[in-house]
Amino acid sequence: MSGRVLLAVAVALVLAAVALTRVLENQYYYFATYVILQYVVLATAWNILGGYTGYVNFGSAAFFATGAYTAAVLIKAVAAPFPVLLVAGGLVAGLLGLGIGYLTLRLRGVFFAIATLALAVVLQTLVVNWGYVGGSRGIYTLRPARVPFFDNYVEFLFVVMVVLALGALATARWIERSWIGRGLVAIRDNEEAAECMGVPTLRLKLVATTVSGALMGVAGAPFPYYLTYMEPTSAFNLDYAINSLAMPMIGGTTTWVGPLVGAVLLGAAQQVATVTISSALNLLIVGLVVVAFVILAPEGIVGLFRRWRARARA
Amino acid sequence: MTAPVLLDVRSVTKRFGGFQALGGVSLQVFAGERFGLIGPNGSGKTTLINCVSGALRNDEGAIWFEGRDITRLPAHRRTRLGIARSFQIPRPFGSMTVLENLCVPAEYATRGGAHGADAAAEAMEILRLIGLDGKARAVAGGLTQIEMRKLELARAMAVKPKLLISDESMAGLSSAEVDEILAILFALHERGIAVIMIEHIMRAVMRFSQRIVVLDAGERIAEGGPEEILHNAAVEKAYLGE
Amino acid sequence: MFSLDLLTDAVVAGILLGGFYAAVSLGITLAFGLLDIVNIAHPAFVILGAYGAYVGNSRLGLDPIVAGLLGMPVFFLLGMVVYRVYYASFEKRGDESLRGLVFFFGIIFIIEVSLLLQYGVDYRSVDAAYLGATLELGPITLPFRLAIPFAVALGLTLLLHLFLSRTFWGRAVKAVSQDHLALRLMGASPVRVKALAFAIAIATASVAGALLIMIGPIEPSVGREYIGRVFAIAVLGGMGSIGGTLAASLILGVLESLTSTFYGPSWALAVSFGILLVVLAVRPAGLFGR
Repeated sequence: MSGRVLLAVAVALVLAAVALTRVLENQYYYFATYVILQYVVLATAWNILGGYTGYVNFGSAAFFATGAYTAAVLIKAVAAPFPVLLVAGGLVAGLLGLGIGYLTLRLRGVFFAIATLALAVVLQTLVVNWGYVGGSRGIYTLRPARVPFFDNYVEFLFVVMVVLALGALATARWIERSWIGRGLVAIRDNEEAAECMGVPTLRLKLVATTVSGALMGVAGAPFPYYLTYMEPTSAFNLDYAINSLAMPMIGGTTTWVGPLVGAVLLGAAQQVATVTISSALNLLIVGLVVVAFVILAPEGIVGLFRRWRARARA
Repeated sequence: MTAPVLLDVRSVTKRFGGFQALGGVSLQVFAGERFGLIGPNGSGKTTLINCVSGALRNDEGAIWFEGRDITRLPAHRRTRLGIARSFQIPRPFGSMTVLENLCVPAEYATRGGAHGADAAAEAMEILRLIGLDGKARAVAGGLTQIEMRKLELARAMAVKPKLLISDESMAGLSSAEVDEILAILFALHERGIAVIMIEHIMRAVMRFSQRIVVLDAGERIAEGGPEEILHNAAVEKAYLGE
Repeated sequence: MFSLDLLTDAVVAGILLGGFYAAVSLGITLAFGLLDIVNIAHPAFVILGAYGAYVGNSRLGLDPIVAGLLGMPVFFLLGMVVYRVYYASFEKRGDESLRGLVFFFGIIFIIEVSLLLQYGVDYRSVDAAYLGATLELGPITLPFRLAIPFAVALGLTLLLHLFLSRTFWGRAVKAVSQDHLALRLMGASPVRVKALAFAIAIATASVAGALLIMIGPIEPSVGREYIGRVFAIAVLGGMGSIGGTLAASLILGVLESLTSTFYGPSWALAVSFGILLVVLAVRPAGLFGR
């Protein structure tokens, strides 16, 4: 599909989302869809570094929570307006990605992965000990009494997340098709050869970690308003860490479509499952599915679909 | 030689832990020259090449290129200045097509950087010259051994180098295939590119090189034309032992 | 606030804790340092071992250490299976760095959530008569709760060291990390050697888990706190050296103990992460060369 068609689809989706808020009253659907859309952003962000560049980030929850807590602090300290929260959340999380990347990416890739694993634990410890944001007791955030154009705040947040998800997908698609994307894939395929072909590998990897971290932070920024009461365990929830890598793995990591497919399928399945079964069992199933996929279908659903189509043609 | 010095390696030393891989090696390569670098296994050839291309940092000494000190530059900057290399064991970008493999250096290594259609057109021309144009749309991970060697050279060419370092591009190939690679290297030289050939296949090195430097145990032990090298006692000793 | 007694106690506790950290890190030293398998799930296997000791202790009345030792053969087989799957699915295809890592991450989840479903989030502990006792050595007080895990951990470390340096298979494991050709000349297949070594690495988790639950009560997610620790130790200890692992464990144990005594226990976790980052940032050349 050409860029223009996709742009039209995107605009139509946003308009449809706005229109939906005029007809659909049941708040549950907005809450549920918000979560799925949030996963679209997280999975897409993860894939820019993990799928295109081949560097695994286990600390998605840390970046997400960084965005969420940045927003919480700004709301509490200066009652910052909503767009500022998004920008600041993205900025701080992006800088975190840049910092971790700068310290570890000159080494073998596994050290970056290990650092991100430890990062989530440490940041959570810091937040738990930080009285200003309520420590382990959590922090209340009052939503603005009214928001222009929308009947209530949840509907507004829902439309915001639609826009963010589309923005993340557009970013990923643009990167994928630009010379930056080709450089990232070259790094994934063979880093030493990439460097020798003139690719500034360290700088590109830092671009990827920064963009990826920033998008996760943006996804987290509306979170205090979404929950109104946020505690460290919800912001640093393990769901984010496992889902944001499970979704691209299941959907397919080589194109922007993969994380979208994975996030919609797995996210929707989880929304249905949490209603019917426990959330712990839910996580167990995600764990089993992701292990099954990396062993049996490393190219994900998109890869399976392509192979099926190629065979159908032949 | 009247041609200007292109590459100037000045007493380069490289140690790995306690092992000295290069002990103060100096050599010069002139613009447009066909240069051979030989030596027994473990003599430091690949280490030297890694120091020149920037994959390794030398401990002592300096490396100059076109009258400029490049000792501290990272590999990708050296590539942009015009130093290209092929790898002994081919390292294609396996998930890309052959054509896309060439677009990477076309976009990143050349001044200004050709993008999109321009990069693809340039890449196609190189593939035609190398004889890989039939495989342009094939995924690089699925190529045969000789095709991968050619891809290595094609990709190095897409850098538009002034100096091409060919690191054992012929090892393990049949006699006819060796001739094919040799013809490609001659063709590159015709375009004014200086070529450093590292090779164990003596027939190829002797035919190709105008000048040869011999390394042994990290030291330079001889330099001269092919004839001189063939009859050099020190070289014979290094290869055959006492 | 500051007193010599407090300092002495903190250092002693740190050394004892550090010895225990060595037991947890041995598996990483083997798998990551020598075999180049980035088994981030190792701490999860340690937790699994801890629950094994819990079951052996509470259901069968076994001593936790005995339970840990009895668990070793089971863990050995488990390690064998995990490595075979890992080899066939990732190592052989050269896909360790992305999907192999995700595979181990998935294993963490499977272990952690399975334990959560079975035993819930309540803290569990083991009983043994000696656990409450202490040993007075002049001004130094040694709680058995820490001293016995320390002694067992040292024993385990010593055994592994002897295995690697004195036995044929041990030397084969060391060879696999350096030189595949030498290994072939010894007549050993790299895959079989790696499977054996990985199985041993997982087997140590059974004992390490028993020690963990002796030191204090645990719940399923405790393992996550150890990920930063064990890798900090492996890197600081020079990747694959048993002596280095022990030294690094002791250093980390003492630093953490001092931090938690003088700044508060919640900051102790940040120590290992700080060390990991500092080592990676300051000594990249020594690590990159591999």
